[in-house]
Amino acid sequence: MATSSERSPPPFPDSEDQDALDSEVVRGRDSDEDDGDELFMSAANTPMAKTESPSPPRSEFADLMRNPLIEPLSSSTNKPSSELFEDLTNDAAGEASAEELDEFVDLLGSKAAAQRKEVDVTVETAAVDKGETSHGATDLLADGETRSASEQEATSAAPVMDLGGSQQPPASAKVTDHMEYLLSCLPATATSDAQQPGGAVVDLFDDEGSDIFTGAPSTKPAKQPQKSLFGDADEDLFGEPLGAVSKKAAGKEQKEKSVPASAGEPAHVFTKEAVGTVPNARAVNSKTNGIPPEEDSDIFSEATVELSLDSPRSERRKDATTKPSASTSASASLAKPQSVAVEELEEEEEEELEDKFDVYVSVKDPEKIGDGMNAYMAYKVSTQTSLPMFRNKTFTVRRRFSDFLGLYEKLSEKHGPSGLIVPPPPEKNLLGMTKMKVGKEDSSSADFLERRRGALERYLQRVVSHPMLLQDPDVREFLEKEELPRAVSTQALSGAGFLKMLNKASDAVSKMTIKMNESDVWFEEKLQEVESADQQFRKLHALVESLVVHRKGKDFVVSVTVTRSCGFPPPELSLNTASFAKSAAMLGSAEDNTALSRALSQLAEVEDKMEQLHQDQAANDTFSFAEMIADFIRLLGAVRVRQETRHGTKRCLEAPVTLMASASSQGTFDQRMKAWQRWQDAQAMLQKKRETEAKLLWANKPDKLQLAKEEIAEWEAKVTQYERDFDRVSATVRKEVVRFEKEKTKNFKRQIIVYLESLLQSQQQLIKYWEAFLPEAKAIA
Amino acid sequence: MSLWDRVHFDPEDILCLLSSRRLKHKQTKDHFSFCAFCSARKEDLNRISFYKSREKLSLKEQIKGLKMMEEVNEETSVLSVHGHTIKVTEVSQDGDTLTFIIVSQKLSGTGEYHVDRTYDDFEWLQQHLFSQEGVPGIQGVIFPPLPARPQVNASVKAIKQLGFLGLGEWQPYCKALETFLRQVAVHSILSKNKAVEVFLTSTEPPGRQKVRRNIFNRLSQAVEEMRKEGHKDVDEFFQTERDHNLVLTGHTRMAGEKFLDVVLTEQKIAVACGHFAAALHLCVENGEDPEKRAFSRVCVKLSEVFDSIKKNMMSVAVNDMNTLGLGLDLDLRTQEAEKEMLFRRTCKLVELENARKNAEKAKPVKKNAMEEVKKAAEEEFEQICKVAKQEIVHLSQDRVGMVQKSLIQWCEQQLQTAKEGADVFNQHLQAFKAMA
Repeated sequence: MATSSERSPPPFPDSEDQDALDSEVVRGRDSDEDDGDELFMSAANTPMAKTESPSPPRSEFADLMRNPLIEPLSSSTNKPSSELFEDLTNDAAGEASAEELDEFVDLLGSKAAAQRKEVDVTVETAAVDKGETSHGATDLLADGETRSASEQEATSAAPVMDLGGSQQPPASAKVTDHMEYLLSCLPATATSDAQQPGGAVVDLFDDEGSDIFTGAPSTKPAKQPQKSLFGDADEDLFGEPLGAVSKKAAGKEQKEKSVPASAGEPAHVFTKEAVGTVPNARAVNSKTNGIPPEEDSDIFSEATVELSLDSPRSERRKDATTKPSASTSASASLAKPQSVAVEELEEEEEEELEDKFDVYVSVKDPEKIGDGMNAYMAYKVSTQTSLPMFRNKTFTVRRRFSDFLGLYEKLSEKHGPSGLIVPPPPEKNLLGMTKMKVGKEDSSSADFLERRRGALERYLQRVVSHPMLLQDPDVREFLEKEELPRAVSTQALSGAGFLKMLNKASDAVSKMTIKMNESDVWFEEKLQEVESADQQFRKLHALVESLVVHRKGKDFVVSVTVTRSCGFPPPELSLNTASFAKSAAMLGSAEDNTALSRALSQLAEVEDKMEQLHQDQAANDTFSFAEMIADFIRLLGAVRVRQETRHGTKRCLEAPVTLMASASSQGTFDQRMKAWQRWQDAQAMLQKKRETEAKLLWANKPDKLQLAKEEIAEWEAKVTQYERDFDRVSATVRKEVVRFEKEKTKNFKRQIIVYLESLLQSQQQLIKYWEAFLPEAKAIA
Repeated sequence: MSLWDRVHFDPEDILCLLSSRRLKHKQTKDHFSFCAFCSARKEDLNRISFYKSREKLSLKEQIKGLKMMEEVNEETSVLSVHGHTIKVTEVSQDGDTLTFIIVSQKLSGTGEYHVDRTYDDFEWLQQHLFSQEGVPGIQGVIFPPLPARPQVNASVKAIKQLGFLGLGEWQPYCKALETFLRQVAVHSILSKNKAVEVFLTSTEPPGRQKVRRNIFNRLSQAVEEMRKEGHKDVDEFFQTERDHNLVLTGHTRMAGEKFLDVVLTEQKIAVACGHFAAALHLCVENGEDPEKRAFSRVCVKLSEVFDSIKKNMMSVAVNDMNTLGLGLDLDLRTQEAEKEMLFRRTCKLVELENARKNAEKAKPVKKNAMEEVKKAAEEEFEQICKVAKQEIVHLSQDRVGMVQKSLIQWCEQQLQTAKEGADVFNQHLQAFKAMA
């Protein structure tokens, strides 16, 4: 029974970690047994003295509890537990030594204070009402108490009533005793076993309780053997409040003062949490905790009747019953480790979303530095931020294009393997740059620069808006540091890097042949989605390009290749409009009717203006959509490279985009796959080692057996390590993909709004033009 | 540019050509040997000689026809319909031929004439107008321009040939035909022709027997234009008019072409927008994932936006086409008609000058006859000049009115479209902002 109770506090009895832990705990418990018994006696002494044997629920409990235990504890713990059980039930009225009691008091001291304070809090918050207070107390009691016989209830409740009613520091040991009892009940509930507080409390208090409660002043439970959620939750929930409480509790236990409401709350929460997080024990718990209404109500009615409280009990009872159940349902989802992880991630994410990244990066003033083929463009990178991690609020640095690429290289090396989507920079463009270097200052090169500038700006903005990447020292350095070491690796991209790229591409192709039987449906779906999204975006991009081209000039095929490299030729529509304007002007000048001639030249002017409008519109189309979609394609490339590489080898000559993506970025999904692969390899290896061991065993070669065992242990560790890695990467990828999708929608929406605004504006401008022209036309006579 | 670059002959044309009494056969034959277009020139020539034998017959028939025409002309009836109520309401396509339904209101009382006419009928009408006799100064009339024959199948070529009229579902073409008929019907001289009445009211299609004489116009003009274009005019008024016409025609043609380009581009953009909108619909995925749903919603919305951009573009293009485009086209054709008229006058002028010379040089025996010819020519020329002057003045007024009308319409419609577009875009914008 004791084992069962000690088992119950960890929230995940199913998890494998638990097994190991359990055995540990059991081992620990063995040594503690005597102590525990004694302690239990002492704890149980006062309250249990008059207890009627609560055998029916207990036996049930024992049955129930044994089941989960059978697996791990079957050999070692079954016996002690039964012994303990006997102890608990039969020796309920056993002798209690005062010292032990004292010890227990000590142990529980702080907790007691906390507990009392909780009572206090309820008093204070509930507009000081005696009945209320006592009720609150009884609630707690009731929660904790299932074994409670009516008399006992009365005894325990009485002091509490004193406590709440008198509002005076109850210095009497009695009260403390009862408080102890109360407390013991509480953890007992937490451990799901209110019936045997002693046994439960022993281990709980020894292993954790002492850590948490008595050791609360030191906050960190150093010797806590588990890293389970329970421990975490404890820390989280109790760390602060207990710290606060224990300070007070250390000195003056009895002092009743207004305590921060939070001090009480967590304790309360804790009970519930603990109750909730013990799914296995819940069945038992329910009896003690009052979830099944029949028993619970019995207890309650007993208790309340005895206490003859004047406050509406039905309400209270409802509270008592609904709350725990609510919390159980809430925490039941926590029970599964993966969902816990996801939830944690999501929580984290939400937090991240909440604190807005107050970083605005702008890329401005492209400037040509140097001459000839050594020339390069430098951009001004200005950052505006209020984040404390930066030294200044605003700062500006000069960066050249390869620095941007270098930053990307660094980031993708660092964060790529862990599954982050590192936003890719715009690709290197030999043709455009060469043209730049040759130094022709024409409109197309200006266009090219503008495009690139915009792309760089969006790239940086994406980087800094990523919570993890922003924390990266390289990013900070990039934004802040005056001089940056020259990025070397990117230079290779333009020349010798070509071969490297091909190698990488083929590498990726070979990787494709690895068949990963996808265990997670989510990823399967996402991968497909991403691939189809990529296709769609490509299609859209082609369409937008054609749209832009129609607004702009030359036929499509030429312009797509040309525009990629050196910007767009002048728009087709505006080109046509311009020439129409010209011929309208000519017509106007040839016209002999003066009014008509005037109108025609007006028309020419209007058309001229419209030409400008069309040009702007075309720029809008380009920058709003074509560029945005190109960005998305790039990003999708970062998400998934498989598709990319599949075509990569084929298309590397014609499409710089795919080249870049396939060569320098490892897709996020790929990273996950790699992790998986590693894990699988390790598992296979482990399997092999085991086989060897078996063979050795069979062959009876003890000398090698030791070695094999060591190896197995090593590989086991590796397997767990890799598995953990894989899980971590999976979680990160998940999170990143979710983030990416969110961002995608957000970006899309934002761009559309911008686009629509510009559209509206140009339409209004158009209206103005027409309105101005109409009277001119009418004036012709 | 040589003459032969401008005109393409086909054997049927040549037949018509030979039937004309104005060109000497020998001359034609010579010209044919130089026709740059006809690769099978030799064969054509052989066929021509074959036709020539038949020619006499057909000539006789034609004379008969002319006599009949004269009878028609003699009646000089007043048109029984309101000229400005003429409408070309419908067009139906049957194989390669387009049939137009022409509706006009009766002058007397209520009721409408509904007739169906093909392009051949229109040509018949124009030929009759061209070839009326007994109307003094008919050569000075600027004949309302009939649009070129509609090409049903060759779309690219059709657009090249027809310009704005080839766009859309023949609506602009109908509009152009309507304008032609109205111009004819309200023309003080032409409306008196019986053929117009027949064309507008007779249930029987009049022009199904082919009268291929417009080739004469094209050809004769092309032939003689070369020689007479530079001919110095005796009248300052006509000289300036001619020069001006030449310049204006060129510019109008240019402007029309450019404007056509603009409209075509607008149509292309509209189509591209449509494609984009359709492609956006492909991005829509059904799923419970709220993110996905949100994205799908954005896509659908964006698709709507592009749909309205497309509609906007479309209506801009239609506006362009129906107002200024048609206006420019009509203007161009009117200019060309004027040019033709001026050219005919110039021809007459040359004829007159020749007659004068002949009369001076003529031997006493023939002197009288020559003097008479000269006199007749002088008289005719004067008539032509008189009519031509009126026509030109009339035309320039008309033209300004027409261009103004098209400009105003254009402006108004574009304004309307722009406003509607702005409204729609604004709605979309608000919707998006509400979504965000």
